[in-house]
Amino acid sequence: MTVEPAVAAMTGVSAVPRSNGELVFEEPWHARVFGLAVALVGERELAWEEFQGRLVDEIGRWQEAHATDPNAEYHYYERWACALERLVLDLYLVSADELEAAIRSVGIDDAHEHLHEHRRSPPAGGGNER
Amino acid sequence: VTHTGDSSVDGPEIRSRALESLLYEKGLLDPDAVDAVIGSFERGYGPLNGARVIAHAWTDPAYRRRLLDDAPAAVAELGFREGEQLVALANTADVHNVVVCTLCSCYPWTMLGLPPRWYKDPSYRSRVVIEPRSVLAELGLELGEDVEVRVWDSNSELRYLVVPERPQGTDEMTEEELVGLVSRDSMIGVARASSPVDA
Repeated sequence: MTVEPAVAAMTGVSAVPRSNGELVFEEPWHARVFGLAVALVGERELAWEEFQGRLVDEIGRWQEAHATDPNAEYHYYERWACALERLVLDLYLVSADELEAAIRSVGIDDAHEHLHEHRRSPPAGGGNER
Repeated sequence: VTHTGDSSVDGPEIRSRALESLLYEKGLLDPDAVDAVIGSFERGYGPLNGARVIAHAWTDPAYRRRLLDDAPAAVAELGFREGEQLVALANTADVHNVVVCTLCSCYPWTMLGLPPRWYKDPSYRSRVVIEPRSVLAELGLELGEDVEVRVWDSNSELRYLVVPERPQGTDEMTEEELVGLVSRDSMIGVARASSPVDA
């Protein structure tokens, strides 16, 4: 796969977090979204710069928005995820409506699991049920 | 593990999972391809690969010769494939090799993983060529005046792998144990292999 050396060679703000030569993922979903972008760019035969440019933009946008907020927590892979959304929308691989519908659907599934974890039985009349 | 605290319905994790399932549903991406990418970055690349090559060279003199003669073929014997032309450089009591890429950040990353940040630092790239002894000393590696320092400049056609000297007092160690003594920095040439006492 020709994408991987380009991923490894990123410098500056877009450089992937690493420790002793290994990638560092703070959370499992960071590894997923990393793999998603690299695989998508590879499968669609895009130039890695298509993604990297958007990543740099997203990081810059975040830094500008939080420049005066000392409590803002920067997470590289959150910017990465935003850049990936941008890419698929810009390339018309996915429409904004489709994406929002999918997000609602995942969010609702999660809310259900949450209820089941914390309560023995679902609440009567369950507000979010359809 | 740092939690982002984003478990809200449109938090980045949920958005990312939604996008993932959408890409699969639309047939734009194969889940296996994503697994393969993550697996190759987590297991296929990294300093452990280089360390295995070095430890094997320490324990098998014939392999060491093959590694120094034809590094791409020798690393392939152990199942590794460094895409670019790879050259192995042996450190000895008299000669110390150190690697830089003065133009950019060429690096044998299949063997060593992702380069450390300082490797791309303009100050390392320029100074190690001019005053390698001082730069190495600043990085914690003091070399005797009688040791010849050779600085190798990588480029897109040539990548270098330093074969550090096998530390003293390791005669009884197995190859697998020796792997643990080979740090990334020792294969760039800015450190020695760890001694069994430090490791």
